[in-house]
Amino acid sequence: MAAKNEREITWKNLGVGAIVTEPGSASQYQTGGWRSQYPSYDNSKCNKCGLCYIFCPDMAIEQQEDGFYKPNLFYCKGCGICAKECPKDVITMLEEGS
Amino acid sequence: MAKRVGMEVSLAIGEAAKLADVDVVAAYPITPQTHIVEHIAELVANGELNASYIPVESEHSAMSACLGSAAVGARTFTASCGQGLELMHEVLYVASGMQLPIVMAVANRALSAPLSVWGDHSDVMAVRDTGWIQIFTENGQEVFDTVLCAFRIAEDQGVLLPVMVHLDGFHLSHMIEPILIEEQADVDKFLPPFKYPLALDPKKPVTMGAFAPPVIFSEAKKAQEVNLQASKDVIIKAWAEFARVFGRKYSPVESYRTEGAKTLLMTMGSFSETAMETIDKMRAEGKDVGLVRLRLWRPFPTEELRLAVKDAETLIVFDRALSLGGQAGPVCSEVRSALYNQDKKPRVTNIIGGLGGRDVTVAGFEEIINRGVKLAQKGSQPEFEMFGVRE
Repeated sequence: MAAKNEREITWKNLGVGAIVTEPGSASQYQTGGWRSQYPSYDNSKCNKCGLCYIFCPDMAIEQQEDGFYKPNLFYCKGCGICAKECPKDVITMLEEGS
Repeated sequence: MAKRVGMEVSLAIGEAAKLADVDVVAAYPITPQTHIVEHIAELVANGELNASYIPVESEHSAMSACLGSAAVGARTFTASCGQGLELMHEVLYVASGMQLPIVMAVANRALSAPLSVWGDHSDVMAVRDTGWIQIFTENGQEVFDTVLCAFRIAEDQGVLLPVMVHLDGFHLSHMIEPILIEEQADVDKFLPPFKYPLALDPKKPVTMGAFAPPVIFSEAKKAQEVNLQASKDVIIKAWAEFARVFGRKYSPVESYRTEGAKTLLMTMGSFSETAMETIDKMRAEGKDVGLVRLRLWRPFPTEELRLAVKDAETLIVFDRALSLGGQAGPVCSEVRSALYNQDKKPRVTNIIGGLGGRDVTVAGFEEIINRGVKLAQKGSQPEFEMFGVRE
């Protein structure tokens, strides 16, 4: 399968058995498209414990240079586990688009 | 020189697999396929065939092991039928979807319940849409030949699809027939070594059978369908090459004494040979009947079928399976569908028989033809009728 946007792939450029020959191509899959709510961070309450980063089942939360955490919305599915686990109520799940 | 030997057809399949020099056989025994895999196990144990024989715990595992072996580029063979074929059902789709060119002999058997180990085409029809190339055979020589052709077709770089070789359980699998066992050197000329283009290799990792979200699934299925339809040309070419090397010719749809025939009978599998005798008898009596045999079941040879029946007034399709609750037998449904939009076409009637090992004799086929003609003449007819059922 050619390494390009999945929406540009036609049936004609799928290879033998739709076998994927490029390693790591799953990283191109925008699982963020599944999301109906997104995590909103209030870093004024955050003690940088990293529990949100640890619990995120998609490894979609990244630590910034200043030590605070930020969700990568390309992958974040909006499951809300980070908000549930945060001991400081830093994270609030908000409707997508709000 | 090829050797003509008296041999059980199941054993001849083993000999064909040996001449094809298969690398891996993963199979689970089931009547009436058992003798096929038993013989291959013997050949391997005796050192006559250098292959891995994997005695798996079920048919589901058999086909799963075949996926793995084909994926590393090993020439892979298996056999099954009936309930066994049903147990491997979901894995059959994986083999075709991942384009793994496995060859499987299917000793066609009825499906339970009631329990029957005897032959009909119920198991074939249940796996009709699995994306495998499917070829029917009529006698032991054809089975032997078709197994060799199946590897060549399956492994063609423009095809790379699994192939089922159908032979009627017992009626064919357990017959002892004179069969020409071809020379290794000739088989080697006909069947080049197998090269899978993306064989599993730690140095060149690939992902097979990756998940396909809605954005790509339809494209993958379209590619699969186009590939399967296009395989017909390769199948025809492989048969032509087989005829060149070995002198025996096969076609997707074969006609027997159809010249000027107003009435045509259509059959699939070993019962065709009995039907040929019926045609001979009726022709000798001056009746204008002929026989059309469907050899290639998937991809369905639509054009060839239309051509073969276009001049007839009545076409009687003989099915060896019921489509329970449906309109007609599975073969007849597809034949009717192939002809529906044609301007010139015969009237199609459907007789279903030969279920669960029930024999249809020469006289039986004569009855079927006469009944089919009568039904067609009546105009308003049932969509199908079952033959030989005690009232």
